[in-house]
Amino acid sequence: MHELGVVFYIIKDVKDVAEENNVGKVHSVTLEIGEVSTVIPHMLIDCWNWAVKKEPVLDGAELKIEQIDAVTYCEDCKGTYPTVKYGKICPLCGSEHTYLLKGNEVNIKEIEAS
Amino acid sequence: MQKITAEKGAKEAYWGKMDEVKVIEIKKSVFADNDADAARLREELRAKGVFLLNLMSSPGSGKTTTLIKTINLLKDRLRVAVMEADIDSDVDAKKILAATGVQSIQLHTGGMCHLDAEMTRQGLCGLDLENIDLCILENVGNLVCPAEFDTGASKNCMILSVPEGDDKPLKYPLMFSVCDLVLINKIDVAKYFDFDLNRCKQYIAMRNPNAEVIEISALTGEGVDKFADWLVQQVKK
Repeated sequence: MHELGVVFYIIKDVKDVAEENNVGKVHSVTLEIGEVSTVIPHMLIDCWNWAVKKEPVLDGAELKIEQIDAVTYCEDCKGTYPTVKYGKICPLCGSEHTYLLKGNEVNIKEIEAS
Repeated sequence: MQKITAEKGAKEAYWGKMDEVKVIEIKKSVFADNDADAARLREELRAKGVFLLNLMSSPGSGKTTTLIKTINLLKDRLRVAVMEADIDSDVDAKKILAATGVQSIQLHTGGMCHLDAEMTRQGLCGLDLENIDLCILENVGNLVCPAEFDTGASKNCMILSVPEGDDKPLKYPLMFSVCDLVLINKIDVAKYFDFDLNRCKQYIAMRNPNAEVIEISALTGEGVDKFADWLVQQVKK
């Protein structure tokens, strides 16, 4: 729902990195998006394609998205399981004492630039 | 012969271009800058003696009515200001000013579904911070996005109103997990809705065992004094 705001953050970060590294043209930006991060990849790409047109350094740059699978840890049985399939309750022992191990990320992994 | 030359030329052009393109590793959370900015803002406000409350909820949960009732109970004890964030219009800021007389400004997010630390900082610049103990930020009405972005507030509070249903902590887990206080509003009409207060409290505790819960009715004033006392305690800390 807030994909455009996320895109503005990414553009700001990438412009800073481009300046620090003395590159004038960014060809692609790779993100790592957690499965339960609430960021929806195709909406992010739509916002991206609209927003980069206003940035000469980024105009035409491709947004690549790598998904990070969500994994939950159970404090009682010490097991792990896929979050999206089972949610908050551990399918191995039925415990509610669980927390998300990974899958909530919205990271900029790398950029290709020249 | 010509063909080979062309291919060779193309290959050289291709590899030449590839040489110039470098991969720069960043490995950084998109929210890292905002989180750092929010932490700075929180520290600056602490130094100034201003307590900033980030108030979130769905549209129509009674944020503005709750604020008016609460501020009228508080304004003799604390110097209060309000920042209203909406996508458009200034009806809320005008309503607060007319009903309470406290400093009130309207922020427009220009279509954005939330406020971040930088927008909050800009809003605070429009207030006389030297003469404020408590500033309440009424965030954009939305249970999803505002929970993702740290505004720099000292504490987060949300209002869940009875007609929305007792299952909301299950549907919007992040919102409930970031809130220090949950106000359950419109408690006066609970009997007309299929709203189980105990079940709702259990769901909130599942998401956030540390969250405090206060039941209120902004319409009748029930429980609003408890919220006002909570705020006084927080400001004194």
